[in-house]
Amino acid sequence: MIQHDILIVGGGLAGLRAALGLCAHWDVAVLSKVHPVRSHSGAAQGGINAALGNAPGGRDDSAEKHAFDTIKGSDYLADQAAVAKMCGLAPEVIYELEHWGAPFSRFPDGTIAQRPFGGAGFPRTCYAADKTGHVLLHTLYEQAVRRGVRIYDECAATRLVIEDGRCHGVIAYDLKRGRLEAFAAQFCVFATGGYGRMYRNSTNALINTGSGVGMALLAGVPAKDLEFVQFHPTTLYGTNILMTEGARGEGGYLLNREGERFMARYASKMMELAPRDIVARSIQTEIDEGRGFEGGYLHLDLRHLGRKKILERLPGIRAICIEFAGIDPLDEPIPIQPGQHYSMGGIDTDAAGKTCIENFYAAGECACVSVHGANRLGGNSLADTVIFGRLVAEDINSRKGHGDFPPDESVLAAHLQRQTSQMDRIFARKHGTPHQRIRDELRQLCAEQVGIFRRGEELGRAVARIAELREQYGDVCCRAPAGPFSLEILHVLELESLLWLGEIIARGALARQESRGSHFRTDYPVRDDARWLKHTLARLDGERIALSYREVDISLYEPKERTY
Amino acid sequence: MSPKSALTESLPRSVAARPAEAGPPSGVDVPAQTYCFEVLRYGQTPGDRPRFQAYDLVVRKKMSVLEALLTLQEEADPSLAFRCSCRGAVCGSCAMSINGKLNLACRVQLHTLATRRIVLEPLPGFEVLKDLVVDMDPFWEKYNRVRPWLHAEISAAQENRMSESERRRIDQYVQCILCGVCYAACPARQANAAFAGPAALAKLYRFVADAREGRSRHALQQQDAAEGVWGCHTIMECVGACPKNVRPADGIRGVRRKLVSQKLQRLLRRKTS
Repeated sequence: MIQHDILIVGGGLAGLRAALGLCAHWDVAVLSKVHPVRSHSGAAQGGINAALGNAPGGRDDSAEKHAFDTIKGSDYLADQAAVAKMCGLAPEVIYELEHWGAPFSRFPDGTIAQRPFGGAGFPRTCYAADKTGHVLLHTLYEQAVRRGVRIYDECAATRLVIEDGRCHGVIAYDLKRGRLEAFAAQFCVFATGGYGRMYRNSTNALINTGSGVGMALLAGVPAKDLEFVQFHPTTLYGTNILMTEGARGEGGYLLNREGERFMARYASKMMELAPRDIVARSIQTEIDEGRGFEGGYLHLDLRHLGRKKILERLPGIRAICIEFAGIDPLDEPIPIQPGQHYSMGGIDTDAAGKTCIENFYAAGECACVSVHGANRLGGNSLADTVIFGRLVAEDINSRKGHGDFPPDESVLAAHLQRQTSQMDRIFARKHGTPHQRIRDELRQLCAEQVGIFRRGEELGRAVARIAELREQYGDVCCRAPAGPFSLEILHVLELESLLWLGEIIARGALARQESRGSHFRTDYPVRDDARWLKHTLARLDGERIALSYREVDISLYEPKERTY
Repeated sequence: MSPKSALTESLPRSVAARPAEAGPPSGVDVPAQTYCFEVLRYGQTPGDRPRFQAYDLVVRKKMSVLEALLTLQEEADPSLAFRCSCRGAVCGSCAMSINGKLNLACRVQLHTLATRRIVLEPLPGFEVLKDLVVDMDPFWEKYNRVRPWLHAEISAAQENRMSESERRRIDQYVQCILCGVCYAACPARQANAAFAGPAALAKLYRFVADAREGRSRHALQQQDAAEGVWGCHTIMECVGACPKNVRPADGIRGVRRKLVSQKLQRLLRRKTS
């Protein structure tokens, strides 16, 4: 059995930042399904928000204004004290990243450059051209190498072990050796990313299967606000590769088939820079009402920005367009459509990243504090990862010397045994349902019936169908034999939790009879604070999902109608 | 509607100058064509020998080599092993040899290849673990050896000032996604297994050329060796191979220049003292 003081599952920004904060005081190990630099954090493009006030037009910016924009953007579902904490820490964290070597783009005075982003009152988004996630991920990995952080890469956690209200570690599938291992630890931190691959049309990497949220749920930790799923307005038509909001931040236009800047009809003040939920719905409405191009897309036009600006600020976008769509945004508009992008919901944590289990934490996209509420603002997810990664580390550090959580090896051994027999059962089944048949139907179902626009009737059908798919899962088989780099068994195991999460999203969305942020019900098109200003919590009660609700912290700003 | 007319219809009307070879966006229907993939298989059973396995795939949508591999894995052969994650050329997982050229499988669109017979092999110069999956550990060890981090005092009160021209100096090296393509392409590294290789040395220069860097002269001298920058024979394969337009050879030359100028300074100082 492998033992460490602290196990961090996930080697993206949140996991690495937590490791950097902990490694001087504890024996820390990071478990990651892929090598850390392959993590999906690296695909973030546009930037990271902090009220530095560097932009000429942004001198009056402040952490309070950042917090207010975030809360308003969240459609008032974010917990306000947690948001204030995040926004207050953001400048310090950016300076820290910069000192660690992050190569941010610069203003002429040498300060970190900031660009306008959706839903923000000031140019607040620090960036490194359109590759901000990439440079931050590499910077944190470099610091992890410097500090000699122990990394188990290509090692996928499959089971979180919680017994008697205490976390003992995880069971993980070592892909290089093709076998299960038990990892024992005093504290576990999940930083496993979102559940975007639940949807057919997602910007997410293939690894973003929501496995961390699923493992926590199966171990008894509630999931929060899963029905809030962000659709990014601009993903490349066909492949759904992300086209950063920075493209609009730099002045790009959204045009329908008539060449009209249609956002004027939906958000006359902020136009293309309204928050993502609003822009995504506007685009979908244009397409649904016949003002899109055949096949279902619109145009993101950058041509008027000029060659210099595109090459300097959006070189990655241009490369993607050329390589994946065969078009050059210098000469042609980019065909775009909305696509699933971010999971606002996740493992229920407090503002320190702690869950209801005393020695189990979560940070980043897999966690739901909640600082994003019903709709995350662009540029706030990178801030979330590094800030809450750091806060988790600080909280665990503050507990040093205040009681130990010695993991029980016999408990872990029992879970290892159970996981082994579950896998053996799947391997033994030679003629069952192929996992991808179930997965593809789930993806299709979520995209069509639990998507941008939702309706009670469809949601009800989705709930029923997902429950049926879960029954089919009982018969799922794995055709690839066991062994090194046999990924199929991992996909099969992950599908189980994906089905639970899918059903929770659909159930939560069906129950929530209102429209708030990313959750839009055509049969309940307005926000209803009297009944629904509350977080959804989902637990597994045997083979049943139990929903309950919790108050939202609105200690700073009274909820108001959202206009842009 | 025939596939061809569907294709014309879906093209944006305002766009007349679409290059003929570009075709429709990825994921869009195209007339069905059969591709033959010949994939190098190895490591399925202990002691097996490398062999090519052929798969036919009827392609109805515009797709990348990676998408084709994923389809083959799901529909034809679930034991087929390869790495992938982002499918958008940023994570660096899916580097391999495609018809003899090294590239990321996600970034090569099938219709851009001159042939419908596609040979897929693991990155050369690495030990193969299984099929298209290679052992990247030696690559990471060499990366670690250049001490790949900014050597600087850390205080978080304010940012260091840095000009855009200073940032631009390191920009191309910052683009590196550590996919291993240049390392696999480098003939000097193939001849000298101890040579750090282009990626690690380009990473080193990314820090050496950073205006904020405070690395000591001594720290850099480790690379003043045949395993370091002098192992490069300026054959320049790395420059042509990089899928992210990095020119690792420029970085190696930069480190060499820095080492030489440090030596000259020392000589001059000795002479004057």
